[in-house]
Amino acid sequence: MAEDGKDDSVATDDDSDQTAADGSLNNTMVEEGSTLLRRMEICVAEAEKRSGKNAVSMQETFTVYLIETRPMDAVADGRNPAPDSLWRRYSEFELLRNYLIVTYPYIVAPPLPEKRAEFVWHKLSADNMDPDFVERRRVGLENFLLRVASHPVLSNDKILYHFLTEENGWKEVVYETGFQAKADSRLRALSATFRVRNPDKRFMEMKHYSDELQSHTSQLLRARARVADRLYGVYKVHGNYGRVFSEWSAIEKEMGDGLQSAGHHMDAYAASIDDILEEEEHYADQLKEYLSYAEALRAVCRKHELAQFELEMASQDLISKKQQLRTFSFKGMTNKLFGQEAPEQREAKLKLLEELITEGEETVKEKTVECEEHVERAWVDMQRFKEQKDKDLREALINYAVMQISMCKKGIQVWSNAKECFLKM
Amino acid sequence: MSGQTVPADFSGHMLDLDEDEDLDVFTKNTSLADGSPMPNSPSSMVNQYRLEEDEEDQQGAFTKDVFVSVDNPESHVTAIETFIMYRVVTKTTRSEFDSSEYDVRRRYQDFLWLRSRLEENHPTLIVHPLPEKFVMKGMVERFNDDFIETRRKALHRFLNKISEHPILSYSQHFKVFLTAQDLASQRKQGPGFLSRMGETVRAVANSVRGLRSRPEEFSTMHDYMENFSNKISSVDKVAQRIIKEQREYLDELKQYSPTYSQWAESEQDLAEPLKAVASCVERCSKETEEQVEHLSEVLVPTLHEYVLCAETVKAVMRRRDNIQAEFEAKNEALMSRKVDQEALQEEVDALGDRVELANNALRGDWSRWQGSLRTDLRSAFISAAEKNVEYYEKCLAVWESFLMSQREESSEQKGEDAS
Repeated sequence: MAEDGKDDSVATDDDSDQTAADGSLNNTMVEEGSTLLRRMEICVAEAEKRSGKNAVSMQETFTVYLIETRPMDAVADGRNPAPDSLWRRYSEFELLRNYLIVTYPYIVAPPLPEKRAEFVWHKLSADNMDPDFVERRRVGLENFLLRVASHPVLSNDKILYHFLTEENGWKEVVYETGFQAKADSRLRALSATFRVRNPDKRFMEMKHYSDELQSHTSQLLRARARVADRLYGVYKVHGNYGRVFSEWSAIEKEMGDGLQSAGHHMDAYAASIDDILEEEEHYADQLKEYLSYAEALRAVCRKHELAQFELEMASQDLISKKQQLRTFSFKGMTNKLFGQEAPEQREAKLKLLEELITEGEETVKEKTVECEEHVERAWVDMQRFKEQKDKDLREALINYAVMQISMCKKGIQVWSNAKECFLKM
Repeated sequence: MSGQTVPADFSGHMLDLDEDEDLDVFTKNTSLADGSPMPNSPSSMVNQYRLEEDEEDQQGAFTKDVFVSVDNPESHVTAIETFIMYRVVTKTTRSEFDSSEYDVRRRYQDFLWLRSRLEENHPTLIVHPLPEKFVMKGMVERFNDDFIETRRKALHRFLNKISEHPILSYSQHFKVFLTAQDLASQRKQGPGFLSRMGETVRAVANSVRGLRSRPEEFSTMHDYMENFSNKISSVDKVAQRIIKEQREYLDELKQYSPTYSQWAESEQDLAEPLKAVASCVERCSKETEEQVEHLSEVLVPTLHEYVLCAETVKAVMRRRDNIQAEFEAKNEALMSRKVDQEALQEEVDALGDRVELANNALRGDWSRWQGSLRTDLRSAFISAAEKNVEYYEKCLAVWESFLMSQREESSEQKGEDAS
């Protein structure tokens, strides 16, 4: 699913001129094929239950996931070194993602697998400890890491590298980056959405698209879950045939054998739905990933609205200060006439205002650069995202068709066998 | 089955079967390219099979020479009531019939009359049951199209079963039913109903006295029927439950495919595959609809008929028991009393003969009925299995064509990228 670049890797660990202390790129140029995944094989190999004391000293059970990494060149050489590995909890993945979102607000951040099972049809338990759920989550976490590590921008992040290679002390290092302070408050973001005057049209369209994507994928997932539920019912009722045929065959002479074996096929038919629907869950997971991606896309658009809004605010502020200055001068004349203020006080106020204006001009310059940079980088990533989405979802639809075909083939086999049994009746 | 050779003396009848209007003969078209293939109807093959079986079971070969069909239900309105009249068409080569073709109109009540006459005259023969008077569950209207069609088919089967019966098909009442333009005048309602009531009274009286001992063959029959009755009811219920679940599945499928096409509206490159999947789901739901219809029209009616049949056979066995009980009662009286021995002896002898006749009739019809049961259920299950295979084959084709189209798309795209 995640991107698999075929270019030769430029295996430089040299990041001094490319990355600042907080890990973000200073320049927008990304070397082709320099993603982490080129240099390192990553997988989430296992999941295990652990018990421990949580922050409020209460005993809790949680699941940890084993992340294994191996240098790619060793693999390519044919050597098979033992992988390095460490354990991480879901909450640590969440922390990593939050860090990435704040640090790279112009990137459509790959989503994590769902926290709780949603769009569940009746058989699947919504229990986080359910082994099937844990397994699917393991796959989802691996997918997340692969996507991040193959991203042209995100893969170069030091915190990411640290996450993959150093088990202890990682949390402290993340907090030390101070990313939490940089996070936009929800209120500010929301306010910006309503009050921004001139957002980039393309971003508004993209935001609208993200709403559509979210709505359509969730409708599809809901409908699919209901279909799965009903299909389960159909298959399972055929198990009743199995039971009745078996009992009936006991009282028949000529028909007995045919009925008995037909009954076995009915039981097999009823049992086959479990695997069929379990496989379909993978399809649902692929769709769920893009349901979450829709939110990430929207976040990038909102960030633009915020940046644009702040620029507008700063510009507006500058204008009003300049206006104040003019009024001040005018006021100064009237004051001269009516003698309200001491000349020193006026002088001080004037100087302050001029300083504020200079500051304001700086701010406007900064905000303009911020906004423009965000637009530029975000647009690049949104294009990349679009291509990835089209490719991935098309593949998902094809996989779905393959699953349907497999289900049909099983059905043909079972009922052909049943027919043979009925012929013997 | 297709490779089966037919004995020479049957070949003539084979031709009759092909021309017969009430035996559906389909040719199996296995190519899916030119639309939906016609299912291979087992009934044509089954009838060949059944005739051969009858040939083995009975001394004389029973060849079907009365062909009946029931169709064309029409609403008939009078001042007092509204009811449905069915057209009953008969074609026959029998000399007992004045003509070789008849076309009459009959209502459900007429069928009831015929059946009660047949039962009365042949109390220990298994007379095929009629469809029920009305269906309680779901409060189906009497004049609902589905109900009428289901009933018409069952009436058709009923008359065919009678016409295939070596004894019942020669019944005078059957002939009258098939031929009389005005049946009402031919029907003598009074005695018929009264005599049935009389039988019931006798039956109650005798059952009070109880049966000495049932001959082993009839005990076996009795036990089997008890079990069979339970099993066939269960199978019938399972089949109906499956239909219900399938219908609910179908409802959800209908909601499911639009989610793909609606999504396609906000996409560009992804729109094509999304729409294609929407169309695949739609086509599969049409196939599901057909499959459910097949179940309700082929499997369930047959199962339901044998549920009713089971009750009929149990009733027949009770009547046989009662005939035996009556004889035993009189016989006992004969043994104890010294007076009127001669007269009583005659009565006892007559009753004894009656028991003999009843047992023979039941015995003969029982094996015939078992064969019929086996054939009918077998063919219904085979048909259902075939339909399911066909259903999955069609859905398979739908999804495979989608895969093909996507492979074409991607190779086109690669061509575009390369250029």
